[in-house]
Order: sequence, then structure tokens, then C-alpha cells
Amino acid sequence: MENTNKKEVRLMKGNEALAEAAIRAGLHAYFGYPITPQSEILEYFEEQAPKRGFTVLQAESEVASINMIYGAAGAGARVMTSSSSPGVSLMQEGISYIATAELPCLIVNITRGGPGLGTIQPSQGDYFQSVKGGGHGDYKLFVLAPSSVQEMADFVFDAFRVSEKYRIPALILADGALGQMMEKLTLPEEGSLPHVTPEWGTTGKTKDRERNIITSLHIQPEKMEAINHHLQAKYKAIEEAEVRYEEYFMEDAEIVFVAFGLSARICQKAVDIVREKGIKAGLIRPITLFPFPKQIISETANRAVGFMVVEMNAGQMVEDVQLAVNGKCPVYFKGRMGGMIPTPEEIAVALEEKFIHHEEKV
Amino acid sequence: MIKTEEIIVAGFGGQGVLSLGQVLSYSAIIEDKETSWMPSYGPEMRGGTANCVVIISDGRISSPLVSRYDSAIILNQPSLDKFESCVKPGGFLFYEESTIVNPPTREDIHIFKIAATEEANKLNKKQVANMIMLGAFLEVRSIVKLESVSKALLKVLPERHHHLIPLNEKAIGIGKEIIQKQYQETI
Repeated sequence: MENTNKKEVRLMKGNEALAEAAIRAGLHAYFGYPITPQSEILEYFEEQAPKRGFTVLQAESEVASINMIYGAAGAGARVMTSSSSPGVSLMQEGISYIATAELPCLIVNITRGGPGLGTIQPSQGDYFQSVKGGGHGDYKLFVLAPSSVQEMADFVFDAFRVSEKYRIPALILADGALGQMMEKLTLPEEGSLPHVTPEWGTTGKTKDRERNIITSLHIQPEKMEAINHHLQAKYKAIEEAEVRYEEYFMEDAEIVFVAFGLSARICQKAVDIVREKGIKAGLIRPITLFPFPKQIISETANRAVGFMVVEMNAGQMVEDVQLAVNGKCPVYFKGRMGGMIPTPEEIAVALEEKFIHHEEKV
Repeated sequence: MIKTEEIIVAGFGGQGVLSLGQVLSYSAIIEDKETSWMPSYGPEMRGGTANCVVIISDGRISSPLVSRYDSAIILNQPSLDKFESCVKPGGFLFYEESTIVNPPTREDIHIFKIAATEEANKLNKKQVANMIMLGAFLEVRSIVKLESVSKALLKVLPERHHHLIPLNEKAIGIGKEIIQKQYQETI
């Protein structure tokens, strides 16, 4: 029998690392529906559930699984679901309800190339969907973007912690490559995230308290506006306390890449390539996409020559970078779409074209 | 200077290219090195060809995907056509000869032709051709130790196949011998 408790170094796929971490984080239940490139998550849970004591259920659709999450989270359980782009689109109504009802849970999107049914290859085309609503109404999710298999595991703990602290659904936004690739990782320790039975949960009414009601329906506009104010205040508190980002070669950087997830890994290599030519490039990697690390970008814009945002989409996060830079210096974009992954060399060339050769022409 | 080896392993599905890559990655972990293993999982794989990019490094690995490789381990013609040009100048190309009609032509890289399928058939186990390729590769590029590879096989092969580990180790030895005999002067 394998000892799953101690800290150990393993070689795992991103999807499996995430699932194993969720079990170690004390997951009570997983509800999901298979879709490439994240089916290993469901498979791993199904294999482990009989041995490890949690519930795993393959729902009849993504619409069903997100509503099962809604119900189980309302009862105070630590729950998650996972899917890939088209499946996450199907969940959006439920996510809006869960956000309004202020329930903690974890949603994982191992993004594939879209729009439409698209391709099973990796993409970052769901950035807008993840941070700008996705479903209807003024709500936010706590969105984490891992860029390694280690982070696929670690961020599960972070996601549950923040989700339960603020009663906000958390989303891990990764891409198909991060789900499928294997890397060395140290697994987080089991039991390091204790359960607290929530006082707001529908766990059975006792005589000493009023009944708890979980709902997102408040028909009186005065009440609904008050709930909106409450949600916005919560999002503001999260923006003040939970921003995470990483810097790479930023001490003397004049040209700054901004990229998340797999794109950030590729940009690191692009930084290495152009640094060898004497170009002072660096990278800011947003780890939380909401709350977005706008302050560091805004401060950097005071001294930088310019920014280049790299994404595996048509240009989505670049809009948030532009808002943070606020016209202080140029912001360029380089992207690939439809499941194509840019190469480090391609990124390095794009940077040189915009900043180096361009200046020579002038 | 951090030592990094960027490797592409490519062939038909079923030739064991993904597990060859996993053995390399596991061996690296056993030696406390950094590693990444990135498979092709897309329509390409469903159409019959498979490949994985393995990076092994003494330091942090940035991009798990690269477009130029220090070494290529190639098991069929379509993969050779696709990846010959991606080997870095001065790099290493190992190819399994049985399906190759148009052999590689580059003169700025080290090329090794391995009769892995033929040798595997002599062992009555054509599935170990990938391990013969691995042995040949490791004889030239000794980025991980053989004892680490043996430990890695225990991890990569499911338990029901553990009785085949000696055969896999034998195949790795055959790959090494092929290089020693055929390319003594090169290495």
C-alpha cells in the first residue's frame, strides 16, 4: 500500500496532479462529465474514490454537474467540477447562481481551442469568460492560472482556501498542454486544509437558529441592489488582499512581457533568448487573473519602454494590461489561436520586430 | 552553465515513443534533475503518429515546448521528414531503419542508424524496439545513468509487466552494443 500522506516527489500529468491534490485537500465530492483534454481528472477520481473515501459522480451533462456542485456546496461540502471550454460554457448559468448565492467551490477549465467545438489542442481563449463574467450579471470568480504541474497541484489548496474564506467560487484556468504534460512535483500534504462546517450551510436546522436559505433569487430590486453592493465590496476586498504574480528578470527590464499559464513559460525562454542578445527584457506573470495584478503593471509602466502581451488567443488579457498601463507606454500583442502554441523563438522575433528593428527604422 | 538536453521522440502510435520518453523523465527525477514530458495528444496522435518532447535539465525548465532539439529519436518516416530539420546543428539524430525509405541527409548533425526492430524480433518481442533505441541514445548521450533507467522502468511499466523488465534491460544493452560496434570511431 502506497503511503499517500508524506511529501514525495512524483512524475505526474497535470490533470492527475490536480486530482490527487484535490483529494489531499479534503475533497468531499466531485461531479463532472468527460471531455478531452481533461478526462484524466474524472478517471483519476473514479479510480481513487473507493480507496480514499469521497464521492465521485459522472453526471449526465455539464449543466447537471454544475447544479450538483450548487447543491452540495450549499450543504457545506468541499466540492469541485472540471471540464474543458465547451463544457464550461454549458455551466455558466449555474456559476452565476453559485456566485450570487455566495457558495465556495472549485471549477477547473482545462481549456481547448475554440470558438465552437473547436479543437482538443491547448488554448487560452477562455480568459474573458473566466474573468469578465461568462455567465450573466455582475459577479466575479477567484481565478488562478497555473503554469506548471507543481502549480496544478498547489493551486487547488489555494483555490479552496480563498473560496471558503470569501464564499466565492474559485476557477483554475489551465490549458490542455498543462493538463497533459508530465513534470516533477512534490505533492502537498494531506490534511493541511481543515474542514470547517459553515454556519450558513443547509446542514439541518437546529432549534437555536433561523433556517438557512440558499438562493440567488431576490425579486425586490432594493434587496437585489443591496446584494450587489455586498458582492462588489467582497470583490474589492479580494482585489486588495489576494493578488498574486511572479516576476522574471524584472530588476532592470525595459521591455516587459506579460503572459499567464503556458504562455508565461514560453515567454521565460523568449526572455532568455533576447537577453543573450543584450536586450533587457523581463516578464510579469499574473498568477491570479481575478484579482488582476494591475498595480505592478501600472507601476512598471512608469519606467518601461513598452509591453508585449503574449496569449494563446486573439488578444484578451491584453485589454486588462492596456487598462493598467493607461497609455503610459505602448502595449503590443502577439498571439496564436485555434490550439496553436507559439514557440519561444517566434515570441523573441515578435519582440525584436516591435521594439528593436522598429527603432532602427526611425 | 546549466546543462539541458532537449529531446524529441517520434514514431507511430504503438511503437512505445511516449513510454520511451517517460522512462527518460523518470530516470531524470531519480537523479534529482528537472524534467518535463510533453506528449502530442491531438488529432495527429489519433491519425497514427505520436511524439513527445522530453527536457532534462540541471536547472529550472522554462518552456516545455521547443522547436529545436539537441537530440531526435525517430521511429518512422513521417517523423523523420518532420523532425530532421529541427535538430540543432551539431545535434544527434537516432533513427530506426526498418520503415525508412528516404534516409536523413543533413551533414551538420551526428546521425545514427539503428536496426532496432530487426534486433527486437530476434528477441521475439518487437515491442522492445523502443528500448533498443533508448540504449543507443544513452550510449551516445549519457544524460542519465543506466541504474536510474532500471529504477524508472519499475515506475513506467505497470506491475503486470514487471516480469518484462529484464528483457527491457537486455534490449537497452543491445542498443548500446549497436553503437559500440557501428559507430566506434564517431563516439
